[in-house]
Amino acid sequence: MEGGLVIEGFVALYIFMLAAFTGYEVISKVPVILHTPLMSGSNFVHGIVVVGAMVALGHAEGWVEQTLGFIAVFLGAGNAVGGYAVTERMLEMFKSSRGGK
Amino acid sequence: MELLIQGAYFLAAVLFIVGLKQMSSPVTARRGIVWAGVGMLVATLVTFLFPGLHNYVLMLVAMGVSSAIAWVWARKVAMTDMPQMIAIYNGMGGGSAATIAAVELVGVTVGGENLPFTVQALAVLGALIGTVAFSGSVIAFAKLQGLIRRSVRFGGQQVFNILVLVAALATGVAVVYGYDGAGLLAAFFALAFLFGIFMTLPIGGADMPVVISLYNALTGLAVGFEGFVLGNPAMMIAGTVVGASGSLLTQLMAKAMNRPLSNVLFSHFGTGVEGAQMETTGEMKPIDAQDAAIMMAYADKVIIVPGYGMAVAQAQHKVWELAKLLLDRGVDVKFAIHPVAGRMPGHMNVLLAEAGVPYDLIFDMDEINAEFPNTDVALVIGANDVVNPAAREDPNSPIYGMPILDVDKARNVIVIKRGRGAGFSGVENRLFFADNTRMLFGDGQKMAAELVNHIKELGG
Repeated sequence: MEGGLVIEGFVALYIFMLAAFTGYEVISKVPVILHTPLMSGSNFVHGIVVVGAMVALGHAEGWVEQTLGFIAVFLGAGNAVGGYAVTERMLEMFKSSRGGK
Repeated sequence: MELLIQGAYFLAAVLFIVGLKQMSSPVTARRGIVWAGVGMLVATLVTFLFPGLHNYVLMLVAMGVSSAIAWVWARKVAMTDMPQMIAIYNGMGGGSAATIAAVELVGVTVGGENLPFTVQALAVLGALIGTVAFSGSVIAFAKLQGLIRRSVRFGGQQVFNILVLVAALATGVAVVYGYDGAGLLAAFFALAFLFGIFMTLPIGGADMPVVISLYNALTGLAVGFEGFVLGNPAMMIAGTVVGASGSLLTQLMAKAMNRPLSNVLFSHFGTGVEGAQMETTGEMKPIDAQDAAIMMAYADKVIIVPGYGMAVAQAQHKVWELAKLLLDRGVDVKFAIHPVAGRMPGHMNVLLAEAGVPYDLIFDMDEINAEFPNTDVALVIGANDVVNPAAREDPNSPIYGMPILDVDKARNVIVIKRGRGAGFSGVENRLFFADNTRMLFGDGQKMAAELVNHIKELGG
């Protein structure tokens, strides 16, 4: 893909493996009270898909690809922005409760 | 330019991982989401500089409209509706990943472009997972929002679902091996879409949090796969990290609810149980607000057990006011929270925090269960299944084995409840018929307000 890094074969496999272990380790000690906010937070993080959607739309030729690309960007941006707003609202409350203590 | 873009993606990946790490501790959680947000912003802005892009107008329109809608909706919605918001935004992410794959695959099947075999296989796999996460999340949203009220079940449903999945996989394989034609590609997406719907429809509302978490992990995985297709390291790493952490989180949630994941997905709540359940004996004994207020005002120790019903009635502020009055009278007041109180693990903590209840009054099930036997009054408000002794005593009950709050061991139990119906799981609650239980029928907020007034009338 134009403009992308060339990552293939075992290098890709290594990235996949290391990222998977990272994800597992990063949240392995999360307390129950943070399950919902953390799920919401990770929901926001995969909103990075919007970046790929932009590239896909940017390279789209013809109306079929353009329509699909438009939908991809629309959905991806909603994931990122909505995910952020929801998570921030939830975590804001944790702050205020500590302040009142 | 290349260096700037790749550097920004690298930075974004680091910020995502650090942000997630911070979000797993209450002290740093808020900073975590801000850091991850900065990473997202940097990655998005720098992508505009990508070489060889066009359709900028379409891009900006799509982003602008979608962002505005998502932002306003997320800000306006009530805290109790958060779970379905997570579901719908997650579905959008899955849909986006699937559509990216569609763009690439249309380029191959119709436009005659060439992709290496592994790349094409990853695109198809990501498309399958992303589409299932999309349609599944939409159904989960519709169910939690109350748009779909019934759990659709029919005989041979699992066999049927497996057939749909197999058909989707088969068309997917055909797409990878280049049996060309737009029809085949469309059939593949349609089958994957249907599988997501059929898989989610029979799952009951109580299990939805686990399912949403699972779809969250699936979306992450789909995003990761499409990242490999596009050669985009930020997507690869963020997607894979979410895929892994989401899978772990799904397991943790299922464990907190004492429901193995396989049960959630394949054996529907309350159907796999054979044999008669124990008879409930006795009858519900009502109490009025004044008597209940006196009982609590002269108690030494009161434990308040809030459930989802309290959140629905928006009673948390009144309940906290009640607790403050009791504390002023020298009553020892504590809040007991079941791990799955509310709609998701941790949901109730968020709602109580919103009302201003300090952390040191809120206790987990394991911390507080031993205290019920020397508690004068346990006030249950809007909770049902999580205080049902059948989970401890009746092996034939569908909720048998689920850890519960031992409310029935308190000297007196007052239950605020709107009506006489069964709980979320549809299981009759024997606690309501117990000798030491009194029922205070009415809307949670109204009853809490009446309790507050009656206690005020008692004076110091």
